[in-house]
Amino acid sequence: MANGKDTVAENFYNQSTNKHTGILSWLLTVDHKRIGLMYLYAILTFFVVGVIIGLLMRLELIAPGRQLMDAQTYNALFTLHGVIMIFLFIIPGLPAIFGNFFLPIQLGARDVAFPRLNLLSFYVYLAGAFLALLSLFLPGGPIDTGWTFYIPYSVRSTTNVSLAIFAAFVLGFSSILTGINFVTTVHRLRAPGMTFFKMPLFIWATYATAWIQIIATPVIGITILLVMVERAFGVGIFDPALGGDPILFQHMFWIYSHPAVYIMILPAMGVVSEIIPTFVRRTIFGYKAIAISSLAIAFVGYLVWAHHMFTSGMSDTARWIFSLLTFIVALPSGVKVFNWVATMYKGSIDPKPPFLWVMNFIFLFSIGGLTGLVLGSLATDIHLHDTYFVVAHFHYVMFGGTGTIFFAALHYWFPKMFGKMYNDRLARIAVVLFFVGFNLLYFPKFILGYMGMPRRYYDYLPQFEPLQFVSTVGSWILAGTIFFIIGYLIHALLKGKKATSNPWGGVTLEWHIPSPPPLENFKEIPTVTHEPYDFSQLKEMKDE
Amino acid sequence: MSSNQEGTAVHVHRDDLGAKIGMWLFLFTEVLLFGGMFLVYAFYRIQHADHFRVAAMELDTGIGTLNTIILLTSSLTVALAIAAIQKGNRFFSVLMINLTLIFAVMFMVNKYFEWSAKISHGIYPGSNVMLELPNGQILFFGLYYVMTGLHALHVVIGVVILGVMLIQLMKKKITQDNHVKLENAGLYWHLVDLIWIFLFPLFYLIQ
Ligand code: HEM
Ligand SMILES: [Cu+2]
Repeated sequence: MANGKDTVAENFYNQSTNKHTGILSWLLTVDHKRIGLMYLYAILTFFVVGVIIGLLMRLELIAPGRQLMDAQTYNALFTLHGVIMIFLFIIPGLPAIFGNFFLPIQLGARDVAFPRLNLLSFYVYLAGAFLALLSLFLPGGPIDTGWTFYIPYSVRSTTNVSLAIFAAFVLGFSSILTGINFVTTVHRLRAPGMTFFKMPLFIWATYATAWIQIIATPVIGITILLVMVERAFGVGIFDPALGGDPILFQHMFWIYSHPAVYIMILPAMGVVSEIIPTFVRRTIFGYKAIAISSLAIAFVGYLVWAHHMFTSGMSDTARWIFSLLTFIVALPSGVKVFNWVATMYKGSIDPKPPFLWVMNFIFLFSIGGLTGLVLGSLATDIHLHDTYFVVAHFHYVMFGGTGTIFFAALHYWFPKMFGKMYNDRLARIAVVLFFVGFNLLYFPKFILGYMGMPRRYYDYLPQFEPLQFVSTVGSWILAGTIFFIIGYLIHALLKGKKATSNPWGGVTLEWHIPSPPPLENFKEIPTVTHEPYDFSQLKEMKDE
Repeated sequence: MSSNQEGTAVHVHRDDLGAKIGMWLFLFTEVLLFGGMFLVYAFYRIQHADHFRVAAMELDTGIGTLNTIILLTSSLTVALAIAAIQKGNRFFSVLMINLTLIFAVMFMVNKYFEWSAKISHGIYPGSNVMLELPNGQILFFGLYYVMTGLHALHVVIGVVILGVMLIQLMKKKITQDNHVKLENAGLYWHLVDLIWIFLFPLFYLIQ
């Protein structure tokens, strides 16, 4: 992947961190950029697998009755789809790929604090993925509990639950190691002059995320271990027959898994705060408010977990408190959206593809967020709990939110990571197709849920058929768009025009160095004097 | 934890403070892991206070106390090992690590006898004896096995880590002015000790 004959410039593709060349120079690398790219390839692969499973489920649902598969297969598929999308795609996605690649660069560092630990996290991630895969093929069959592994079914199910959840445990370990690495990096490796309040907002978001990874993941770790112990020895901790309490499992599960949704969304919000200033040529509005709201979200996000359990049997006091707190998390999220929009006000907007992806995000994520409030209020949740409304809601937040920003980040940083430009026209078409496909696929699910279609069913009543059909057609458009995007990006990789060091006119540190960056990013560690989004630097940068 | 010490082939950069921050963060996750268990314990103790008290009488406070003393002493020896290498006394440091390892093994041996005594009395998850006990007692013993088991697992991991440190000490990879690895290993060992300090009263003393 050398950068053409006309350049003598060194970049991390032709500089190895070890004595090897070729594939081993990648597999054993400790360079944060190469590790980020290895994550990219692995995560993208799992994402595609997840999408294909999604397509299969949608095909089954195209009409009432059995189409392709029996109920048990459908159960295994939605579980697998959920596990892949959550643990293998969306949680590691932005931090492990773009965090790894850009956190050190934006800080003005040569690498993360623990480069070898970083490589270890990658292999722990792969090991987790491998275990999950293995659990599909061993006797017993693929796990069918749904990605939430609820007790008591997860103890009774005869499928390979233990191995599959152990895979989630291992993946959690990888996530913890990455979190520790990033927090330490931010504290120890900021370039001279880079005070906390001069850090780009992507770093703030990744930093807050890293803290959540550290604080929340151990709790799911112990919960998973307990389920495994329960399956192996029948200790009784979650078994009412022996005095245990199955609801306790739900609490422990959501104490992690609700903060986990912020592991998913915070880095995405960080990316948005990078892209918007660059394409409106204006410093971000309310820098501190955005930075602090990340921490506020991380904090309040801890106190709302039981909103997943409004129908599980809790006291009314507990329910209204959790409902109230849930509404409160909407505030810092709202702060961000208003600040983004205010940044655009009177800016000179240049709607390049990354910016258009962000527009997609704001629209889809807002729908996801607002319907979250519908689910957060007690009266409506009783009606909508465990229906397609929930399925629509979390796809809008996770996929419409973080998933969309995954593509935004890919389009924003692609030139920097690969040193190539993609076709602007095709990228714009993709944004529109994505939008259309997405809403066709998921919006009907809101209505279906409202009408009473329960989630996790492979069959349904005839009155749901028209909307289910629309949804399936949407899945073809959306999946088609995703393959289209991967296609033109690969084409750009092979045949694209060379990218300059600063194709979008950004000012954070990654735009000060060549595309793709050299092995240790900076010849000399820079001294930071400007605010992160001070566009008056652009002139000096041209002369550099 | 201290991968920064060799760094990349190109740049060698060492950051002892960074390594320690990393270790403390890791210990924090361990505390949270056990924190989840303590939460479960508290939850069931509140519900079944009387049964917990009765069941706790079954445990052998003698062995528990002995093990507490052993672990506390081993924390001392590991601290001495660090102090020794800081003063450049490799021999004493090696000696202290060896002692720590011996204490760890003693702890595990006691644990083994304790558990096998319980098991021979038919007290283990799923046994007929257990199933006849009231729910609160079943939970107590369940938690006892899970929590002390998880702790024992950490002792074993600690032994492996200290073993590696021992080798590195002897190979002179840990030296007077480069011993952050040993310090981090010591921190881990103190954590293992600390968790026991909480387990001990919860299971053996509140009767
Ligand atoms: C083309 C892409 C996708 C399609 C066609 C799709 C479709 C589906 C369908 C049909 C279900 C099952 C609904 C049910 O029967 O209850 C489902 C569940 C789910 N999806 Fe997706 N999805 C896609 C992408 C994603 C993405 C990107 C994520 C996460 C970021 C995601 C996360 C989930 C989760 C967590 C579940 C719940 C699984 C469970 O119930 O245990 N999906 N999806
Ligand atoms: Cu939640």
